[in-house]
Amino acid sequence: MDLSRKLAILADAAKYDASCASSGTTKRHSAPTRGGPARGFGSTEGAGICHSYAPDGRCISLLKVLLTNACAFDCLYCVNRASSNTPRARFSVEEVVGLTLDFYRRNYIEGLFLSSGVIRSPDYTMEQVVRVARSLRLDHGFRGYIHLKTIPDASPELISQAGLFADRLSINVELPTDASLKALAPEKDARAVRRTMAGLRTRIEEAQAEKKSRRFAPAGQSTQMIVGADASDDREILETSANLYAGYRLKRVYYSAFSPIPEPSAALPLQRAPLMREHRLYQADWLMRFYGFSVQEITEGGGMLDLRVDPKLAWALRNRGRFPIDVARASREELLRVPGLGKTTVDRILSTRRFRAIRSVDLARLRVSVAKVAPFLKLADHTPSIAALDRERLLEELVPSPRQMALAL
Amino acid sequence: MTRLVPLDGPADVAGWRAAARALVAEGVPPFSVVWSTGDGSANLFGPAPRAAPTPTPASLGPSHPRVPRGFVELAETGLLHRNPGRFDLFYRLLVRLAADRRILDDAADPDVVRAKALAKAVRRDKHKMTAFVRFREISGEAGPHFVAWFEPEHHIVAATAPFFVRRFAAMRWSILTPERSAHWNGAELAFAKGASRADAPDGDALEAVWRTYYASIFNPARLKIAAMRAEMPKKYWRNLPEAPLIGPLIASASRRTSEMVAAVPAAPKKGQRLMPKFETVPAEASTPIDELREEVEDCRACPLWANATQAVFGEGPAEARIVVVGEQPGDKEDIVGRPFVGPAGALFDRAAKDAGLDRSKVYVTNAVKHFKFEPRGKFRLHKTPGPTEIAACRPWLERELAAIRPSLVVAMGATAARAVVGRPVKIGEARGSVIEREDGPDLLVTVHPSFLLRLPDEDRKQVEYARFVEDLRLAAKVAKAA
Repeated sequence: MDLSRKLAILADAAKYDASCASSGTTKRHSAPTRGGPARGFGSTEGAGICHSYAPDGRCISLLKVLLTNACAFDCLYCVNRASSNTPRARFSVEEVVGLTLDFYRRNYIEGLFLSSGVIRSPDYTMEQVVRVARSLRLDHGFRGYIHLKTIPDASPELISQAGLFADRLSINVELPTDASLKALAPEKDARAVRRTMAGLRTRIEEAQAEKKSRRFAPAGQSTQMIVGADASDDREILETSANLYAGYRLKRVYYSAFSPIPEPSAALPLQRAPLMREHRLYQADWLMRFYGFSVQEITEGGGMLDLRVDPKLAWALRNRGRFPIDVARASREELLRVPGLGKTTVDRILSTRRFRAIRSVDLARLRVSVAKVAPFLKLADHTPSIAALDRERLLEELVPSPRQMALAL
Repeated sequence: MTRLVPLDGPADVAGWRAAARALVAEGVPPFSVVWSTGDGSANLFGPAPRAAPTPTPASLGPSHPRVPRGFVELAETGLLHRNPGRFDLFYRLLVRLAADRRILDDAADPDVVRAKALAKAVRRDKHKMTAFVRFREISGEAGPHFVAWFEPEHHIVAATAPFFVRRFAAMRWSILTPERSAHWNGAELAFAKGASRADAPDGDALEAVWRTYYASIFNPARLKIAAMRAEMPKKYWRNLPEAPLIGPLIASASRRTSEMVAAVPAAPKKGQRLMPKFETVPAEASTPIDELREEVEDCRACPLWANATQAVFGEGPAEARIVVVGEQPGDKEDIVGRPFVGPAGALFDRAAKDAGLDRSKVYVTNAVKHFKFEPRGKFRLHKTPGPTEIAACRPWLERELAAIRPSLVVAMGATAARAVVGRPVKIGEARGSVIEREDGPDLLVTVHPSFLLRLPDEDRKQVEYARFVEDLRLAAKVAKAA
């Protein structure tokens, strides 16, 4: 099988993993010091770079491939499950290393995101994955970004090596509850996934605490949950996320709407989860992490988030008694809860209100949608009417009617 | 009097900065300065005489304007914008800042808003250049040479080239743009005049492989064209080797998706070679305690298991004369899977040492084996276990005690005391002496070390710590007698 055919199979097999981040790691570069030779090859700059975008709106930052899509597990939602008829391929270590370097030299990518189906044993699989990273770092002096998937139950020595070479490690919880995982992915052990995450947290924190200690995954760990393959509702999903963020200090939880796959399993009919559900979950995730909302507040209206309206506006409409608030006096926390005000805008408002009484024209200059905030925010030249805030139809007025999806290019 | 200030090209930030400082020091008002870049764009008055005010320290004088650092960064970026009025805007802002250093904080000031918008557009253009430059490999006399053709929107080539040095120092490369070109020979960065598309190579064999990747990583079942175009605007497409695929991939997406949905699931293939089950070999000669430790991991007697990482069982010599019972594992214990390794455990270790209690001869465990907590951002806040959870977990403690048969149980805190005795115990009344019991080992009740950690008052902390050590001395006595 030629390299291109393998790449087609093993990239196709990897695309259901939503993670693409290449940010948040240590800054490294290979520029020479005073007339010397280049030190290694590549760089990382803190912020990630998305080198391309596919028409699915997802960024292409890393060469995201599986080492092999042969797999001993039979997870019903996965195109690579053991019982699937999908074509199989396997890269050699040298092939992945070569592709990564060739793509990187042409500025197509920031680095490599390598995962693998589980073959032979967890340790054997993890070792193959680690060999790619080791070769990139040690044989080629590669200083770009490397994200490795951690195979559950791999030995601590292999995890240490993975953390030494990788910027980020991840291990997917896949489904929000242990019961769902047992039903859809019988070979996967939810408890082993958690123990692995706990082990990663310990090592990441040790490496951060001591400058001299061995490098370990400086860009932290992340995970992914599939949305809509099981019956879990959004509250269960968000509660799981909250526990994962708090317990294992994850950088990100990725949500991936269950989408049709080639070679579906007869045991799991393809029920396509709305992409909007995935989007609302990301919004709710942001509210939890950056806006001070709890899962309980976000889901007090029901276990499923409203697909028509973003969760912050939905919360405000359920809590109209807390509004309007005064832009001149409100605390940072209160302003963060106003629909239409983001974190950056709130900081600008706090800074600006020391100079002037904020009017709607000022908000417009800060690129705030005045129409969206108007019912909730008292300005120097605008006092929202309580009657308006109480209107039954406020939701319909604030939420634009669904537009036809733009297909034109 | 109008002052004509010639600059050395459209990206001459250093020249602007030097001239602007001198002009501010002189008190020249913004409306009487005309900036000229020599490219005709801002030069309304014909060729400018090369007579920029020379900024010498003497001419800057004592009124040398001190501007906030933020302004320097803002100007260095914003001045690279192609907007012809940028030099005027930033000079006006500089004059205003010299009078009032704070105005940059007024995010609704029109000048500040415009300056920030220019800088933001330039930052974005620079970022897109780092993303969308595509090198093509050609062979040169000195080995492979990587050449790219790129069309930036603003005057950013010189400001962005160092990124490519940091990243591709080991290669020879050139980035050609209509206005300016950057060349790196492995040791030095040089700039030359602009080039044309024809000067760049028209292909690279690897682009076919890259297009294979682009087509394969795309998921036709989740078309989001607007999201793609927001981040990868069409104006960049003509220089991206993967862009010709965008149209066909979109066009075939809905057909491919409906085919997937309509496909009748094929008969499952006989599975790949399934992995032999690797049973973890149990440590030889497992003791009753080891068996319990394995069993407790599967305990579902209360819901606490679900959010915890693992059950945390007791630890210590199987023939211990003393068993110390705490409340429940904390954050650290839950992560590591061992009891008494967090801050409260460390305090217990210290107190035990002060009391003369040999820690290595003590078996330590908790009343409740799973961590009860509430997530709060990046942390887990400890929650006290309730009576039902204590009761649900009690059989484990009883089996532990039955296996070890200690002569003394030390219960630290109300939860532990309740778990040992089976009913609520008032610590203040019960502590201070060893209680003999007919139906079990002797009992010593004391406070939980986390109580000491929470005391805000230093004096009180010391008093309570001393009492805690006193209590543990009673246990040490039992240990020595044994």
